[in-house]
Amino acid sequence: MIPIHFEYYRPQTVRQAVETYIRLLQEKKKPLYYGGGSEIISMSRAGDIHPGAVIDIKEIPECMVFEEQNERLVIGAAVTLRQIRDSRMFPLLGTVSKHIADHTNQCRITLGGNLCGNIIYREMSSPLLLSDAQVLFFGPDGVRRALFTDAFQLRMLMNPGELLMQIHISKQYLKSPYRYIKKTANEKIDYPLMSIAALYDQKSWRVAFSGLCASPFRSLKIEEILNQRHLSPLQRAEMVSELVPGQALSDYRGSSQYRLFMLKNTLADMMEEWEHV
Amino acid sequence: MFEFTADKCLIELDVNGENKNAIVRPSDLLLDVLRNQFGLTGAKPGCKNGDCGSCTIIMDGWPVKSCLVLAVEAVGHTILTVEGLAGTSPVQKAFVDYHAFQCGYCTSGFLMVCHSLWMMKSDADEEEMEDWLQSNICRCTSYKEIRKAMESVLLQNPQKS
Amino acid sequence: MSELRRNVQRKESWDKVTGNAKYCDDFSVSGMLTARILTSPHGHAIIKRIDTSSAWSIPGVKAVITGKDFPVLCGVLLRDRPALAIDRVRYCGEPVALVVALDEETALKARDLIQVEYEPLPVILDPADALKEGAPILHPQVGVLFPDVKDIYPIHGTNIASHYQIRRGEIQAGWKACEYQVEEDYYLPPSDHLAMEVRTARAQISADGKVKITTTSQAPFSVKKQIAEYFKIPAGQIEVHVPLVGGGFGGKASVMLEILAYIASRKVGGRPVRLVITREEDLQSAPCRLSLRSKIKLGADCQGKIQAAEITYWLDCGAYSDIAPNMAKSMASNGTGPYYIPNLFCNSFCVYTNHTYATSYRSFGHESFTYCLERAMDRLADRSGIDPLEFRLINAIRPGDLTPTQVQCTPSNTGNLVACLQKVKDLAKWQGTAPIKIEPNKVRVQGVSCLWKSASPPTNAVSGAMITFNPDGSLNLNTGVVEMGSGNKTNLAQILAAKMKLDISQIHVVYDVDTRLNPEHWKTVASLSGYMAGNAVCQAADDVLEQIRTIAAQAFECQKQELEIADGMVFIKNNPNCYLLFKDIVAGYKAPDGRSIGEPVLGRGGFMLKGLSILDQETGKGKPGPSWTVGVQIVELEFDKRDFTYRLIEAYTVIDCGALINPQAISEMIAGGMAMGIGLASREYLSYDFQGVLQSPTLRTYKLLHIGQEPDYRVGLVQTPQEDAPYGIRSLSEHGIIGIPAALGNALSRAAKVNCTQLPLTPEYLWSISQKGQA
Repeated sequence: MIPIHFEYYRPQTVRQAVETYIRLLQEKKKPLYYGGGSEIISMSRAGDIHPGAVIDIKEIPECMVFEEQNERLVIGAAVTLRQIRDSRMFPLLGTVSKHIADHTNQCRITLGGNLCGNIIYREMSSPLLLSDAQVLFFGPDGVRRALFTDAFQLRMLMNPGELLMQIHISKQYLKSPYRYIKKTANEKIDYPLMSIAALYDQKSWRVAFSGLCASPFRSLKIEEILNQRHLSPLQRAEMVSELVPGQALSDYRGSSQYRLFMLKNTLADMMEEWEHV
Repeated sequence: MFEFTADKCLIELDVNGENKNAIVRPSDLLLDVLRNQFGLTGAKPGCKNGDCGSCTIIMDGWPVKSCLVLAVEAVGHTILTVEGLAGTSPVQKAFVDYHAFQCGYCTSGFLMVCHSLWMMKSDADEEEMEDWLQSNICRCTSYKEIRKAMESVLLQNPQKS
Repeated sequence: MSELRRNVQRKESWDKVTGNAKYCDDFSVSGMLTARILTSPHGHAIIKRIDTSSAWSIPGVKAVITGKDFPVLCGVLLRDRPALAIDRVRYCGEPVALVVALDEETALKARDLIQVEYEPLPVILDPADALKEGAPILHPQVGVLFPDVKDIYPIHGTNIASHYQIRRGEIQAGWKACEYQVEEDYYLPPSDHLAMEVRTARAQISADGKVKITTTSQAPFSVKKQIAEYFKIPAGQIEVHVPLVGGGFGGKASVMLEILAYIASRKVGGRPVRLVITREEDLQSAPCRLSLRSKIKLGADCQGKIQAAEITYWLDCGAYSDIAPNMAKSMASNGTGPYYIPNLFCNSFCVYTNHTYATSYRSFGHESFTYCLERAMDRLADRSGIDPLEFRLINAIRPGDLTPTQVQCTPSNTGNLVACLQKVKDLAKWQGTAPIKIEPNKVRVQGVSCLWKSASPPTNAVSGAMITFNPDGSLNLNTGVVEMGSGNKTNLAQILAAKMKLDISQIHVVYDVDTRLNPEHWKTVASLSGYMAGNAVCQAADDVLEQIRTIAAQAFECQKQELEIADGMVFIKNNPNCYLLFKDIVAGYKAPDGRSIGEPVLGRGGFMLKGLSILDQETGKGKPGPSWTVGVQIVELEFDKRDFTYRLIEAYTVIDCGALINPQAISEMIAGGMAMGIGLASREYLSYDFQGVLQSPTLRTYKLLHIGQEPDYRVGLVQTPQEDAPYGIRSLSEHGIIGIPAALGNALSRAAKVNCTQLPLTPEYLWSISQKGQA
């Protein structure tokens, strides 16, 4: 059971959601926007967070939209990982969804929840970092549009009261060649020791990482090395794994040295596959 | 806007085709309400953290872990628990025939995943089946028995043959 | 016999697939108070002060209990564990206080207001450290307080809770005969049973002092005895109820939460109290699987015959001893594996540390020492230049050989390991030791391990069975065995059906155990239920058959010897047309003329272990258990030489089951054990930081095997009947786990060209030892 009381709101419009949030904030009720709820429920149960109110965004039309609009794929924040994987509209994003938690939880975890949550992996950010995605927030001043790469600096940067409403992805990236590899300590259903997402754009590969360091990231410097095709995959992988040390995570799932060892192999494998694209 | 701000509130849930009333706190979990207020103890707490799947029920056709759903969230949605299968789902018989359980504690959760899979994706291939079943943990069996039970149900699907 | 070999469904099958099956926490909670525990955040600390006043001030709080309210020491062997910590905490997660309140929310709110001031003490997490000079002594009173305890040998002033030794032959002469030797050190971290049902208990006490406890226990009769002893209540005042149990694996044989539920109820005037335990608390506070350090020195002569062994096991029992001294004894008495070793020098220590305390775990420590011993066997086979399977065949224990405790092996008491080895060779198409290259970076490799196990019960453990009848002539079978997944109730029904020559559908079993109604069964542990309760069932069946014959003989006015009983009727052998149906006779017979004959048939059967003995303290000589079950296991996997990952392909077990009962169920029970072994070997462990704080207290961090990563499981059976067991059936339910970690360790050591000496065998572990260049 959750030992605390909180209020529950299920607004029908995004404006209603934000207004409710602001009001509750003023009432010092520590409101939280609530998507699939997995993280809010488990952290509340454990006593790690103490929200005074939750605002369920699952009936807000803008947050539920999942369709192509004018050369863009629009995904509402309340769209579930299962919907994303089943739709196959953006295969890289679908593949990443498929590797988060497990299928049943994917029926609840939302795109917005994965991006804005406390759990550090936030794997759904990788495809968005690679695809020039835009993010739409709705705040007290209405809609704010930002480049995902600007808005996601190790975590989602949002203004007080703002709600992550939608992600827009330009259609040109949806069917681009991609690769995704997730490595775990041993059990498949586990957080990543590291995951690597790659998306091919015109002439070069873009690459983002999750689990390797404390936050997901994309590095242009790493991409530059990885795209030097005159070098062997192993050479490139070694150069990259020398760039990361110090920042690689070390925890009971895996030491930083081991993560770097895996990084080298996994990158080398991935680059081998690139040759066939 | 649908809202619950009182300490306790009366909600109506559609469970196994029946409308049921419960007095809940907004932070009460669906699992606890099903078990403690409706006596539907088929859904089992195994971790209350969304990791084991023993509390899986079906909401609007899809499997969900009822320890990670607020009871108030379920208002307006249809809930199916193992009791609602009433022995009529082919997965139940298959679990019996293939000995797909020992202690039986994880069984309701597995059954709900299997029943949903059969209803939603009866043409599922092995990979998809595995993907769904990886949501649950069984500590007694070798999984082979559960796999065989589910395969037998999927094979019965006329679309497939 | 036909009823025995038949595949039958569990009798409770349909209850389990419809949500009808009821477990401990599935009964109504209305009107019950809720209790929650406050646990220690420190691995080892002095409790300087506990302030419960704020907690008491919360409306709805009925009691806040601390250790000094019930200064009783508990423990099934050595009474070293307070119900709630007193003055000192010895592991992180140890219960320090208990809050009883109107509801869980209130209990939690109050719990968080309890203030405890601790003074941290040095933490010991390794038996090697616990035995060092100057190490803090966790239980200064052990060895002084209970000098009369039999068969337990604590060493006062040390952290040794008990010590056992085996001395046989001439160890120095043994070494002289050896051409090849290995000496290895092993370390296995603790892990958890992780039954899907979290442990819990409820208690209430009536105004006249009757205590009712409902629990998830594998040992309801032990709960009754222990509560009676600790709180000085006549045992007859206590009734313990156990409905279906959601998996036990030994972890529910320890009596802990029942004590907490009892004191909670006591403190609130006997009102019913439900103790709520979370998965996180279950992992940290309730007992887990042991941790083990060992040193194994083995030597073989030029023919590959093992001539000498020096073995030391340091069993890390954690903060309290619970049943661990018996596990240390079991490691001593079986710690050579199923091999004949003429010159043997073995010490087994049970050592306190600041880990969560350990209790029995599927196979009672055999899975742990087997890993060490069988790794050493593979190393010695290599050194001797002999194929490891062949090496095991050479040394396999045979009739006439002596076990470490000098019991002479017979086909009946030990089965046929040689036949198992020969059978597995064919079943697994044993490929020898050389990895087979299948891709540039991938090899396929097999690893083998033998297994054996005997139980280590009290020498006077008992069981019982009672039989009653229904108006349709069907039977009710009532035993004290707990159904927790191992299918015991169905097996017993099958034995009864065979004895009665009746279809199993005519046998109904009583599932719930109520210590007031059911005959005592020692504990549902040690794979002994089939043997003990099975013998009791056979006796009860004989009792019933005799009573039916007596009544029928009067009814037919014939001799009892002329009668035959089968298919639910009793008839005259030479005149089958002259018969009576059970339904017409089992409540007493009413003759056509209205005369009443006989009385209702009520069957009783009792059983007590015979011929066991306490081990001699100097030599270890003695008989620890009724028999051994032997077998062999092979694991086959594909290994990626570059990144040290691997995929299991096949897992084989060939085991001597004595005789077959429910063949499919036996194979599935063994496969389930293998699956647990694979989890244990490949990913499970309780990760503690250096202050003794558990790093993996949830199922998100303590990883279990999910579907899709399992190998194909293959089971082969050899049948050498055990003469004193019902229909010759050997003890067999824990055993599938025993050799799997070792077989996996042996396979991976060959594949990665490393020497695996630890668990779990994660890719990172294999990588890290390959980096150190040891092999």
